[in-house]
Amino acid sequence: MLTLAIDTATSAVAVAVHRPGSEPVRAVEVDPRGHTELLAPLVQRALRAAGAVPADLTDVAVGTGPGPFTGLRVGLVTAVTTGYALGVPVHGVCSLDVLAEQGFAATDAQELLVATDARRREVYWARYGRGPDGARPLSAPAVEAAEHIPAALRRLPVAGRGALLYPDALPGGLDVLDVDPAVLARVAQRRVAAGVPTPVEPRYLRRPDALTTAERASR
Amino acid sequence: MPEDEPLVLGIETSCDETGVGLVRGHTLLVDAVASSVEEHARFGGVVPEVASRAHLEAMVPTLERACREAGVRLGDVDAVAVTSGPGLAGALMVGVASAKALALALGVPLYGVNHLASHVAVDVVEHGPLPEPTLALLVSGGHSSLLLVPDVTADVRSLGSTIDDAAGEAFDKVARVLGLPFPGGPHIDRAAREGQVVIDFPRGLTGGRDLERHRFDFSFSGLKTAVSRWVAAREASGEPVPVADVAASFQEAVTDVLTRKALDACRRHGVGHLQVGGGVAANSRLRAMAQERCDAAGVELRVPRPGLCTDNGAMVAALGAQMVLRGREASALDLRADSSMPVTEVSA
Ligand SMILES: [Zn+2]
Repeated sequence: MLTLAIDTATSAVAVAVHRPGSEPVRAVEVDPRGHTELLAPLVQRALRAAGAVPADLTDVAVGTGPGPFTGLRVGLVTAVTTGYALGVPVHGVCSLDVLAEQGFAATDAQELLVATDARRREVYWARYGRGPDGARPLSAPAVEAAEHIPAALRRLPVAGRGALLYPDALPGGLDVLDVDPAVLARVAQRRVAAGVPTPVEPRYLRRPDALTTAERASR
Repeated sequence: MPEDEPLVLGIETSCDETGVGLVRGHTLLVDAVASSVEEHARFGGVVPEVASRAHLEAMVPTLERACREAGVRLGDVDAVAVTSGPGLAGALMVGVASAKALALALGVPLYGVNHLASHVAVDVVEHGPLPEPTLALLVSGGHSSLLLVPDVTADVRSLGSTIDDAAGEAFDKVARVLGLPFPGGPHIDRAAREGQVVIDFPRGLTGGRDLERHRFDFSFSGLKTAVSRWVAAREASGEPVPVADVAASFQEAVTDVLTRKALDACRRHGVGHLQVGGGVAANSRLRAMAQERCDAAGVELRVPRPGLCTDNGAMVAALGAQMVLRGREASALDLRADSSMPVTEVSA
């Protein structure tokens, strides 16, 4: 089994090539606007570093967001096209789930918050609990201003750049900023083994900025 | 069909059509298009984010359909071409990322190509190799350009373009004024068939001073305003608006300017071939008038069938195949989407 993992929901353009039982190979660059240019060369670099060719891949894992739309789509379309071209399955994992997993590795807390940069002075966020087999979501991903998250939750440890951007609202920042693609690969492999569905559906959370002609007329 | 000719897959996502085409050498194998136009109709125009979301959803199904209908195995593809600009930035990125993934997975070269040059190159699969040079008139919702094309794979020169609205945009806006649905082009064309050219709407940039400075440029915003005013005056006077006559008169003004300038450019540059492309080239009056005027001027007119005039993947595959046949350099894997790619830049 050789998994290609891709995530473009956070500020990192993140790629890993992972064979269970061996050390994952990562290729990551932090550039929130460079997904289109950087992603394919990073995939190529990770494969070479793993001593593999594309045809060796047995599956693809991809972070489904939420994340800024344009970058998120670059990761998703790269993953589904690669899967199609190679005839291998593609597994989607919510990117916040991966950050939660990283967060629980960095704290002993039983609960934490994931908050990432949603731009427009908002964060994508969700609440997680420590479970026997990894992070367990306690709320659905949402998007809003950090200070609008319920006060009791804002005191939890926070994984993701949300705490770095809004330290007053989210004081409990952990040293976990962007998605680690190797953790994404592991979460995907675990879910597939457990028979958990892994739909490749982008999580946009916001609707497109446009009014229908009917909506314009009713204003 | 010679098997030794390059098999090129082309991807186009610069606006609201997800296009995948397969071309072998000069032969079109398949042109698969998924359009999100119905989703945009609710908004009265193309919404970039809606288009980008639709591209992501449609990409793999459209790739699958293209390969199935052409009876081609993806592994037989020799090169992947993609529109890298100009167009809507977010929409372009979906196609560019997908093309890179294909090229990388299949281990074949990637060609990032110019959307406008692709509109010219597509005629190769319809009418054979392009005469060199060719003069091209490209008119759509996104562009209105006159190009001199000595070599579609390497040398495309801009003679002129619109200084305000694209021709297709004018069709959409006038359609809205007349209460016709989006996209306006086909609806105006249909309405105009029932009408007469009885209103003398202005022809932008065709007189005196303008002609000196903007001989091969276009302007449609004054025309659009003139139509709106004319319709508003009619409504204010309580008389019914003769939709068919307004449509016919507007359409006549647009096609008159387009064909007049295109033939003037042919004459000025001594070119005996005119190609018309882009979505507005599907307009029946434009096709008829271009034919009449080309015949009168002794210029050969080449217009691809309507399905190949609108945005599609076949045109990108056609240009990609020409690039391969002429030994042009492939693009690097860090190719970027360039929403304002100049027309003179054939490939990236
Ligand atoms: Zn076009």
